[in-house]
This record gives sequence, C-alpha cells and structure tokens, in this order.
Amino acid sequence: MAVSAEPAAPEAGTGGPAPRPPRSGRWRTTLAFWYFVGPFLAGLMIFTFIPVLWSAYLSFFEARNTVTPAAEDYVGFDNYVRMFQDDAFRDSLVTFTVFAAFVVPLTFASSLGLALMLNRVRLARAFFRSVFFLPFACSYVVASLVWKMSIFNGVRYGMANSILDLFGLEDVPWLFDPSPPWYWLVIVTLRLWIQCGFYMILFIAALQQIPEQLYEAAYVDGAKPGRQTFWHITLPQLRFSAVAVLMLILIAAYQAFDEFINLIGNQAYARPPLVYLYYTSLGTQQDLGLGSAGALILALIIAIVTLAQGKILGFGKTEER
Amino acid sequence: MVASGNTRFSKNALAATALNRRRMLALGGLTAGAGALAACGSNTGRGDGDGVNLSQWYHQYGEAGTQQAAEKYAAAYEDANVTINWVPGDYDTALSSGLLAGEGEAPDVFESHLNRSMVESGQVVALDDLYEGVLDDFTEGDLARNTIDGKLYGIRMIDDPQFLYYRPSLLEAKGVEPPTTFEDLMAGSAELTTGDVKGLFLGNDDSATKLFQPIVFSAGQTLLTEDNQIGFDKDAVIAGALQVKELHESGSLLIGAPTEAWDPTSIIQELCAIQWCGLWAMPQIIEAHGEDVAIIPFPGFGGGTPTVFNGGWSTFVNAKSPHVEEAKAFTKWLWIDHEEFIQDWCLSYGFHIPPRLSMRESAEALADGPAAEAVRISEEYGWAENPNWTPTMETAVDDMMTNIVLEGNDPEAEFDNAVGTIQTELDSIFG
Repeated sequence: MAVSAEPAAPEAGTGGPAPRPPRSGRWRTTLAFWYFVGPFLAGLMIFTFIPVLWSAYLSFFEARNTVTPAAEDYVGFDNYVRMFQDDAFRDSLVTFTVFAAFVVPLTFASSLGLALMLNRVRLARAFFRSVFFLPFACSYVVASLVWKMSIFNGVRYGMANSILDLFGLEDVPWLFDPSPPWYWLVIVTLRLWIQCGFYMILFIAALQQIPEQLYEAAYVDGAKPGRQTFWHITLPQLRFSAVAVLMLILIAAYQAFDEFINLIGNQAYARPPLVYLYYTSLGTQQDLGLGSAGALILALIIAIVTLAQGKILGFGKTEER
Repeated sequence: MVASGNTRFSKNALAATALNRRRMLALGGLTAGAGALAACGSNTGRGDGDGVNLSQWYHQYGEAGTQQAAEKYAAAYEDANVTINWVPGDYDTALSSGLLAGEGEAPDVFESHLNRSMVESGQVVALDDLYEGVLDDFTEGDLARNTIDGKLYGIRMIDDPQFLYYRPSLLEAKGVEPPTTFEDLMAGSAELTTGDVKGLFLGNDDSATKLFQPIVFSAGQTLLTEDNQIGFDKDAVIAGALQVKELHESGSLLIGAPTEAWDPTSIIQELCAIQWCGLWAMPQIIEAHGEDVAIIPFPGFGGGTPTVFNGGWSTFVNAKSPHVEEAKAFTKWLWIDHEEFIQDWCLSYGFHIPPRLSMRESAEALADGPAAEAVRISEEYGWAENPNWTPTMETAVDDMMTNIVLEGNDPEAEFDNAVGTIQTELDSIFG
C-alpha cells in the first residue's frame, strides 16, 4: 500500500523532456535542457563547487588575510593537525552534539504531537495551523533579539524573570552563566518555536494520507482508538515521513549559527563549530587556511553522520510491497 | 535555511541541502564579504568631481553628530573627493572583507587597530613620514601600539580609557569607600547589591574574559615581552582568575543586562551601582546623574597597581589602494595637520582624549571633574594593546578565563592549554 509522502513530480530544473520532439528538433531539446539546467548549474559551480575546491586549496596554506596565498606559504597538513589538536574546536563539536541531542528529539516529538492534535481538531482548523506555522516565517536573528532582550534578559524586568519574581524567586542570568546551564533552555525553546510548525505541516500531510479503512479495520478487530492504533497503525504508516523529518531536523541542527551568535556570541561554553570557524576565518582573526581546514573537517563529519543515519534508518528505501 | 520550501523527500533534495551546508561553510569568506559590502554601502553623494576618489571607513560611533562631523571633514578636503563609509554592526568583519576586495570597493583610508598580520599580508603602508615634526607630541603607548618592527603604520585618532563609573551617593549610603583593591571591590559590590540594583556591571558576555589583562598588568607583567615571548606567569594569572571566580559566585554582578558594558544604559537605568565603561559615555552618564558621578581605575589584584585599559582607534592607509600617496596626504591633512578637526572629533560629541599631548592641556572639557580624573588615571595606570598579540591569542586566554571562572575547570590545566596555544601562534609567526 503506497502511503508514503514521496511525491511523484520530477525535480524542478531537470527539465524532463516534454512531448517527444521531432528528430529534426532535437537541438531544441538540448537548448531547453541547458535553458533549465544552466542557471542552476552556474549557481552551483559559482557558489558551491568552486568555493569548496578553493577552500580545500586554502586549507593547505598559511593563509592569513588573503584568499590567494603565495606558493611558499604551503604548509601541507599543518592546518588539519592544528585543528584536530585544538581543544576549542573539539569542544565546539561537543557543544553541537549536546544541542542536537536536545533539539532533534524535542522537535520531532513536539511537531508530531502538534500534528496529531491538529489533525483531530474540527473547529478553526486553518487558524490553528497558521498560528503554529507562522513562527517559521520569522528570522532567527529577529527571534534571537526578542528572546535575548525581552524574554530572557537577566534583569528584573525581563519576562522570564518577572514570572520568577511572582513566585519570589531570584533573577536568573539566563544566557551568560553556564552553571546551571540555563542558556540551553533559551536556545532550544527558540529553535522549537521557529521550526516546529514546519515539521508539523509535513506530519499533517502524511497523516492525511493514512487511509481511513485501516482504522476501521482495526476497530473491527477490536483495537482501541488511542494508544493502540497510534503504535500499530499511525506510527508505522508515518515511518517514511518520520525518517525524512528526522534527517531534516538533524541537518538543520548542523546549521546552527544564527541563534548562537546572536544570543551568546563567542563564548567557550556555547560555541558550535560554525561560530568557532566564523571567528577563525572571518572577524579579526582572518586565518582562512585554518578556517578552511576546520570547515572541511566539519563537512566530512556531517557527510558521514548523515549517510550513516540514512543507512540505519533506511532513508529513501522504497516501501516493501 | 534548509527547510524552507523543501517539502520533498527525494534523495536529490537531501543532497541539495547537504550541499547548502557545505556551501555555507566553505563560502563563508566570499558570501559574508559580499554581504557585508552590500550591507554597508553608504556615501555622501559626492565623488563625481575632478581628481582622485578616496573611500574612508569608520565604524559606527554611537554619539550623535559623529557621522555628520566625519562627512564635514571629508567635504572640507580639496585635493580629493573623499567618500565616507559609515559601517554599522560588526566592523572588524566588514573591514577584513573590505580589505580583501578589489579596487573601488576597498577602503583607501580606514580606522582600525594594528595587528601584525595586517603588516605581514601587506594590507597597510608605513606612515613614518607623516609623523615628521610631531612624533614627540604622541604618548609612548600610542606610538608603540601602532609600531611593528620599528615602523609606524597607524596614526592615533582618539584615546578611550576604560574604567569604573560609580554613583558616590550609593556608596555613601552604604558606607562603602571607593575600592582600590579587588578585595575591596568584591566586598563593596556585595554591600551595594539590593533586590533591584546589582553592585557591579562588567559586561554580559565578557565579564570574566575582560579581566585577564587587568590581572596581568596589575601584577606589573605584560602580554608579550619585547622579544615576543609570553610575558605573564602562571601564579599571578591563576590567583587573579580565582578571585574573579569568587566575584562571579558572589551574586553581586549584573549579568544579562539589555546592553553590553560599552553602553552606559545599565548605570543610567540604575541597574547597577558601579559599571565598567569608557570615557566616551561620560557626557551621557553625567546628563543622567549630574554631580553624582565619579570614576576610579580598575582596582589592583593581589596587592598590585590599579589599571586602566587605554582603548581607542587609529587610522591606516590601505597598501593595495590605487591612490596610496593621495590617501597618505589626506590622512596627514586630517589626523596630523588639522588640529581643530582632531579637537572637534575628540571633544564635541562623546568624550575622547586627544592623542596629541599639546591638545590635552588646552582641552577645556577635560580640565576638571571626572573627565580630568580620566586623563590622569589613563596616563598613570593605562596600558595599550600590543599589535603582536593576535586575536587567536586573545581567544585562547578568553577561553581560559571562561573555563576557570564560569565552568570551574582546573586552572592549571586551562592555563597550560592557553599558553600552549599562544606559543604555537608565536612559533608560527616568529619561529
């Protein structure tokens, strides 16, 4: 039974051949192909492949304040060695791992929960859907400023501290005191607020594809609606969407940069790899060789983790019939 | 953003997002540079007259009227069309990218802080000849911070000492004397802390890190010695860091204020009794609290002397500019010869100490009250940046301070680690 959320539509940009052209008009097809693919390919070359290759090239040079180092500045694998020996870089990987450990399951569970609830709501359905989806349209920078300055600032008139005040509790410096690490609360709630709505919509779409007959059949067989049907019908039917969502959440977590740099800046205790590399290769440090080495190490780690996750969870497998 | 519009779960879509990721990483320099440039394009509308066009870059000064003043000076210069680029936000990043950019987008003249890598990568030209006849009129510190290997690369524009502001009335009410030692500062801050007002504000994200240099200079040590060896020792640093830790655990620090410490809002809004800030904010603080404002240098650690960080800005000429000579001539005209502009820049908006000793004496605004005290303590206790102290070294000690003070890690291990990083950096530069 085909109930996965995989769409049948071809990828935009590949320009699949429209009605078969007459032989004499084959060049038209070729032209159409390049017409569609060309801009995309050019963008990919200019913004992805060339910079990646350039970055790889830079990573073998002592390249400070320059993207065109001289030949005598070749240092072989020194930058990689320095990066691997760099405690701050290794710590940043740990920070990221903690972040992912919080945010991936939480986002997954909350967006699935929201989707299940909204799927049953009959009243003002469109309204609720929009309400939960809207934060996704907000930029991380704007949300970070709201979180940092209004909700979680450390003084008496911050929203969170005002609430604590009501219960007679002391003000908490949410972001800048790592013991206890309240800053995780700020960072994780921000990301949940922004991205839950999006994954919720994906889950709703998948939920609506589960045929009603399955539930009816289960009911006839004596399964109680609720926990039993959730574990034995809803969840298995969601499997392919769920795997894809999980992967998207993880990749989005790897991109964590905006909220960290806007909320906390360059602090050893909460500095994911991208923030660290940003300060290494940009900012005043301008060590582009070292930064490039770090970027490539990170890219490699991301590739390996993503592939491994895909392998383990069976991402992209077609459904057994 | 990975998720936007990406509702298909095909492998291609996934591959595209993975590439996005890599693109974001690898392209950092290029896209951020372009973005920064695009974001900070601003000009005075001039630049189409005769002669040479020069671009001059400033970071965004907070004081009202500064941008207009910069434009006024530029307009008064007759030998070239000078366009001002007034850069809001992260100036260091914008400038770094700007200096890598090609002709027409790069600054010809810019303000910054000298760093050895700027010289080694050929970004700035030596300006020794511009100093002719006025060399003695600058402080030693201002010359040293602009010197690499015996050559002067920058001209000091303003000196901005940083120290502690306090409200004498609040201290008197609690019977607290203005602190002269770090122990006094801790005790005083605790005494001054009430439910609504914290005793001391040093900064949100740098309340631990910014005290590393006061610890070192208070002990009569330095960051790097003359021959570029590490100039501070383990015992002094660890003892100081542990005291800073004690301060952080006392609950008398304001942490998480709406603005950072370079902005005087916290002391103005009475969120704290004592605040670390700079001379530039003095007019605002005096406007808010009138006579009830006084300053002290940062108290000494472990029986050492008090300290004052002499910050500020210097101006440079881009070595890759197509008009180096014209840019040098403009720089000399504005920052050496035109004394009324220098005076105006330093004293008409926020307060800054003019870098020229001869101007300090005649500056009425700095003649009495807290401003005069600021000049005095800056000269007596001040230290300046060392252009050989790189951002990597600063990050190493910042992390050490954060890890000791906020995370409670083993001080010895953290110190050894930081020193290791600094030594690696020294070896790669001087080795």
